[in-house]
Amino acid sequence: MAAPQFLITQEPLDVDQIVQTVFQIAKDTSISNGAVTSFLGQVRGHNLGQQVLRLEYEAYEPLAVKAFAQIAVESRDRWPEITIALHHRLGTLAVGETSVAIAAASPHRAESFAACRYAIERIKQIAPIWKHEFFEGGDVWIEGATADPGDEDVREDAYRLACT
Amino acid sequence: MHVTVRLFARLRDIAGKSELRRELPDGATARVLWDSLAAEHTELSGYRDTVSTAINEEYAKMDHPLSDGDDVAFLPPVSGG
Repeated sequence: MAAPQFLITQEPLDVDQIVQTVFQIAKDTSISNGAVTSFLGQVRGHNLGQQVLRLEYEAYEPLAVKAFAQIAVESRDRWPEITIALHHRLGTLAVGETSVAIAAASPHRAESFAACRYAIERIKQIAPIWKHEFFEGGDVWIEGATADPGDEDVREDAYRLACT
Repeated sequence: MHVTVRLFARLRDIAGKSELRRELPDGATARVLWDSLAAEHTELSGYRDTVSTAINEEYAKMDHPLSDGDDVAFLPPVSGG
């Protein structure tokens, strides 16, 4: 059985699994795909000049799954033939581990690349997920964007990044 | 009316609890609830312009009026990915 399209999990992420998920959805919807783009985000060993020991991720899980579903709907608004899946890991992650996985399939490559980039930018804008960074001598909550899914200007920023 | 409050990430660390119950006057908004929490925990006041809210697991505006039994989450700026 394929993994869910939208997943928040404590378990390690797997690129093959998320690619299989979009293949299965595409098959069920009879879209004839010619391209799949995948993206994995990893825990970086250095951030802002500090050596990172580990990250701890937390989420407001039910809202995060809804945010992922909204990102998929937005992707379809821009690229009608896109099939996209979004998985995010929670808990303690070591440097080099995968924190987020995205796969986007479409009939042509331009749309799958663009939608994959759009999705990671939107996750960073609106998914209620937080990283707590632990480094030598301290820790800090990373705080990025104020989440406002209805802000069209912010959404446009993600679209612009996806298409440049 | 009574509402449940959920706090995440650094907001939870500041308040020391992830879940609270609060009594509010009828017609109070998420903003009124937030301001009362910030009065209890002054470190929260730094989030006045950057906090987001979700009511009953849906994003909402801070001026959204609350109802008895609502589940109100306050979210600091997000950092997934």
